[in-house]
Amino acid sequence: MELKSILATDCGSTTTKAILIQKIDGEYRLTYRGEAPTTVEAPFEDVTRGVLNAVMEIEELAGRKILDGDHIVSPMNGDEGVDIYISTSSAGGGLQMMVAGVVKSMSGESAERAALGAGSIVMDVMASNDGRLAHEKIKRIRDLRPDMILLSGGIDGGTISHVVELAEILHAANPKPRLGQNYKLPVIYAGNNKAQDQIRDTLGDMVDLDITENIRPVLERENLEPSRDKIHDLFMEHVMQQAPGYKKLMEWTDAPIMPTPGAVGSLIEMIAEKENITVVGVDIGGATTDIFSVFEGKFNRTVSANLGMSYSICNVLAEAGLENVLRWVPFDINQKELTNRIGNKMIRPTTVPQSLEELFIEQAIAREALRLSFIQHKEFATSLKGIQKERTISDAFDQSSSGNSLVNMMDLDLLVGSGGVLSHAPRRAQSTRMLIDAFMPEGITQLAVDSIFMMPQLGVLANIEKEDLAEEARIAALEVFHNDCLVRLGTCITPVGKSKNGITVLKADLIMPDGSTIHHDLKKDELFCIEVPYEPIKAKLTPGKKMDIGAGKGETIETTIYGGVVGIILDGRDRPITIPTDSEERLGALKNWSDAVNEYPVHREVNN
Amino acid sequence: MAHAYTPGLKVLHHSKVQKNRRLPIKGTVTKQVGDLLKPDEIVATTNLPGNVQMVKVANLLNIGPADVLDAMLVKEGDIVNKGSMIAQTEGLFGFFKTDVKSPIDGTIESISDVTGQIVMRDAPIPVEVDAYMTGTVKEIIPEEGVIVEADAAFIQGIFGIGGESRGYMEIVVSNREQELTADLLNESHKGKIVVGGSFISLATYKKALSLGIAGVVVGGFNYYDLEEILGYVLGVAITGSEDLVTSLVLTEGYGNIKMGKRTFDLLNEHHGKFVSINGATQIRAGVIRPEIVIPLKESEIPDSALYESGEKGIGENSLVRVIRAPYFGKMGKVISLPPELQKMESETMVRVAIVNIGDEAITIPRANLEMVEVD
Repeated sequence: MELKSILATDCGSTTTKAILIQKIDGEYRLTYRGEAPTTVEAPFEDVTRGVLNAVMEIEELAGRKILDGDHIVSPMNGDEGVDIYISTSSAGGGLQMMVAGVVKSMSGESAERAALGAGSIVMDVMASNDGRLAHEKIKRIRDLRPDMILLSGGIDGGTISHVVELAEILHAANPKPRLGQNYKLPVIYAGNNKAQDQIRDTLGDMVDLDITENIRPVLERENLEPSRDKIHDLFMEHVMQQAPGYKKLMEWTDAPIMPTPGAVGSLIEMIAEKENITVVGVDIGGATTDIFSVFEGKFNRTVSANLGMSYSICNVLAEAGLENVLRWVPFDINQKELTNRIGNKMIRPTTVPQSLEELFIEQAIAREALRLSFIQHKEFATSLKGIQKERTISDAFDQSSSGNSLVNMMDLDLLVGSGGVLSHAPRRAQSTRMLIDAFMPEGITQLAVDSIFMMPQLGVLANIEKEDLAEEARIAALEVFHNDCLVRLGTCITPVGKSKNGITVLKADLIMPDGSTIHHDLKKDELFCIEVPYEPIKAKLTPGKKMDIGAGKGETIETTIYGGVVGIILDGRDRPITIPTDSEERLGALKNWSDAVNEYPVHREVNN
Repeated sequence: MAHAYTPGLKVLHHSKVQKNRRLPIKGTVTKQVGDLLKPDEIVATTNLPGNVQMVKVANLLNIGPADVLDAMLVKEGDIVNKGSMIAQTEGLFGFFKTDVKSPIDGTIESISDVTGQIVMRDAPIPVEVDAYMTGTVKEIIPEEGVIVEADAAFIQGIFGIGGESRGYMEIVVSNREQELTADLLNESHKGKIVVGGSFISLATYKKALSLGIAGVVVGGFNYYDLEEILGYVLGVAITGSEDLVTSLVLTEGYGNIKMGKRTFDLLNEHHGKFVSINGATQIRAGVIRPEIVIPLKESEIPDSALYESGEKGIGENSLVRVIRAPYFGKMGKVISLPPELQKMESETMVRVAIVNIGDEAITIPRANLEMVEVD
C-alpha cells in the first residue's frame, strides 16, 4: 500500500513531539513538526490531550486538516487526514524493570541485555551470587517497585534449585507495581525450562506470571528475542494500560506503541544492517544518557541512568570528578563557584546558558557525561551480545571481565549524536568537538547529529509489521532518516599510535569535488579543519611510521570521505586525549583546538 | 499582552494548605472529618510486614532439599520464638541428632522442598502517620489516611535536606543579606526552626546539628559542603529521607544569595509562631519543593482574597527572579516579552523577557526567570 502521509508522535516525559512525513515527488520527507507539553499528569491525566495539541500545531503550520474533533482522520481522504498514525512513549519515566539471574555475569547479564534491548531502564540486576543477603534483596525489591520483572537462570535441564530460590525471594518480597494498585506485577520467567512448574508453584497467583523460552538455553548460546518480544507485549498490555489515556492512544495507532529507546535502537540496528556499517548512537537527556551500538552485526544498548545534563548533572560531576570536568573549561574558575553553578542547574533544570561562560561549563560537563556513558557501554557490549550467538565454553565464563568489548573505535563508521546539548548547540562545531572529545574516534569516522530528535518516530515507523504497510514504511523511515533527520557534521580522521611532540602524524591529500587539491601535514596534538560540505572527496591518507589510520602502522589509505556542515577534521591528538596539566598550557591548548574549528565566538570576561 | 508560563516558588500570606497524610499500605484511620489536629497527633496506623529471613535448613542439617519437610518441627504459619528448635534430623538410632534453631521471633512463611530453605518473617513493624501541621481533617481516605487542611501562610524553598520537622520559628538575623553565623545560635534554639538571611556555612550548620535545632531556613548553602553532611555526593536532587536532626531549607539556591525580600518579610511577620517545615525535595517530573507552613488562627487570616494558584504565567509587570548566571538572584519587573527569538551572548537562540533590574532594561531568557508567586 502506498503511504502518502504518515503522522508520528513521541510522548516524552515532558514534551509530546509530532512529525508529519509526506511523499513529495516520489520521496518521503519530513514536512512539519509540532510539539506540546505531555499531559500524563494532573490536571489533564490523559496522554492523548498532549498528542492532539501537538497535532493541532502541525495542522496550523501545514494548513491542512488532520483531526476531526478528537480523532485522527485516517486513511487520508483528499487533502485531509493521514494514512497511518504511530507513536512511541517514554512518559511517566519509561519502562522500569528489574531483572534476575542465577549467575550475575551470565544469566543476569543476558537478562539485562534483553531488558535494555527492549528499551527499558534496568533498575537492578539481582543474582544468586551478587553478594547480597536474602533480606537485603527482598528490601531492595520492595523499595524499587518496578513495572516488570524478568526472571532467568539455569540452562535448560540443569539444576533448578537456584532459580527457584530467586523465585522464593520474589515471593517473600511480594512486589507491587509502580503504577496502579489494582493489577498484579507482570513477571516474565525465561530460565531453565525444567523449573517452570516449580516457578509457577512458588510465585503462584501473587504475580502475573508469563513464561517464555530460556534466555540462556545452553551456556554458550543466548536467546534474547523471545524475552524482548514478551517485554514489548507486556509493556503494551499492562504498563501502558495503567498510564492515563494510553488505552485510547493504543486504539488510535496503526502499530503497537514502542518504548522510545526501543524504537531508536531498532532504527539504528536497521541502518547498520541495510548499509553494512558500524554505528554508535547516543542520546543525552536531562536525566539519562542512552548509547546504542552495532559492531560485528550485533546490537547493544546501555542506559546510564544518572548521567544527564540537568536532573542528574551533579552526578556527572560526582562520577567524573571535578578535575575531569575542569580540564575542559577554557577559563579559570574557582572550584566552589563552579560546583555551586552546577548545583543550581540541577535544582533549576529548565534554565539555559545565557552567557558564554555558562555554555563552556555545560559543554564541559556534556563531554564527561558522554565519555563516562561510553565507558559503561564498552564494558557492557561484549562479544556475547546479539539475538543468538554461538560461543565456546571458555568464552562463556569471561564474558564481561575480559575486556573483549565489541566496540572497536577503529572500525566505527558512523557516530550519531542527539539530545539537547548536541542537537541544539549554538554552533555545529561545538557538537562536533563534544562528540570527538568524548568518544575519541580512531581512523576515519563520519559524524552526525539528529536535527530534531526524530529517531524514535522513525524507529517505530521502521517496525510496522502489518504486511501491506511494512515495506513502504521502512522505505519512508530510511529516506527521512537520510534526508531530514541526520545533519552531517563531517568526518573525523585520527591516526593512532605513539608519537613525539612536533612530528607529523599524518599526511593528508584531498581532491575536492571541484578538482582542487588540499594537502596538510598534521602534527601531533594539532586539530585541523577543512571546511567542505557533505560531498564525496577523494582522500589519500598516509600516517606516520608508528601511526595507524586503519590499515596498519604506516600504511596509506586511499578512499572516499565526506565533508559536512563543519567539514573534514584532522585530529592529531593522542588517544586517550592528553590535556596539559599546567593551567596556562591547558588554556592555550583548549584555545587552539577551539579556534581550529571556529567553535566559540570571542570570549570576553563576564562579571557576575 | 504577551505571556509566558514559568512556574515559580510560592510565597503566600494566606493559602488553604492541604496535605495528604497516607500510610504506605492499607491500615486504620484514627480520625474523623472535622477533627482538629495538632502536628504530632496520629491520624492513621498500620503494621508493615516484618523483614524476611531465609534459613537454609537442608544445608544446616546436611540433608537433601526433598527431606526438609520431614525434618521440620514446625509448619507454615506457625509462630516461633528466637532460639526455639524448628527442625531436627532423626539421627542415628536416636543419637547424633542435628537441629536448627529459629534465628528470630517470627512466623514460618514457607518451606521449600526444592531449595531446602525456609522463609521466616519478623514480627510486623508498626507504622504511624501524624498530622504534620495544625489543621482540620478535611477528608478521609478510607483505610489509608486523611487530608489535613489549614489556613496558613505558605512558603516554598528551592532545595532542602532532611524530612518533616516542626517547632517555634525564630528569626535570628536582622536582615535578609545577613549570613547566619555560628555566634547567632545558642542552646535556646534547641527544637526550634531558625531563620537566617543569605547563607549558612558548613561549620554553622554543624553547630545547629549539635544544638538539636529542628530546622534552618536560609538563602543559600555551598553545594560542595553537602557531601560532608550527607556522607555522599548528591548526584540527583531527591532528598527527604536523610536522618538529620536539623532539616535545612534553602530559599534561593547554592552559594551566598540573599533571601528573597518577600520570603524574608513574610517569615519575619510570623516570628515566634509554631511552624511545620519539610526539607524533602524531588526535582523530576512531579516536582516536590521544600516548604514552610505557618498555620494561622482565624483572627490572623488576612482580609485579602484567598490566593489561588493558577497558570497565570509571566506577563508585563510580573515580578520575576533570575535563576541563572550572570544575573542570578536578581529580581525585577517584566517590561516586555518580545515574541521573536533572540541571540544571547552564548549564541543560544531563545525567547526572552526584558526585565527592569536596578533601573536597567536587561534581556534575559524566559527559561531563566521564575515568577514570584505572591498574594
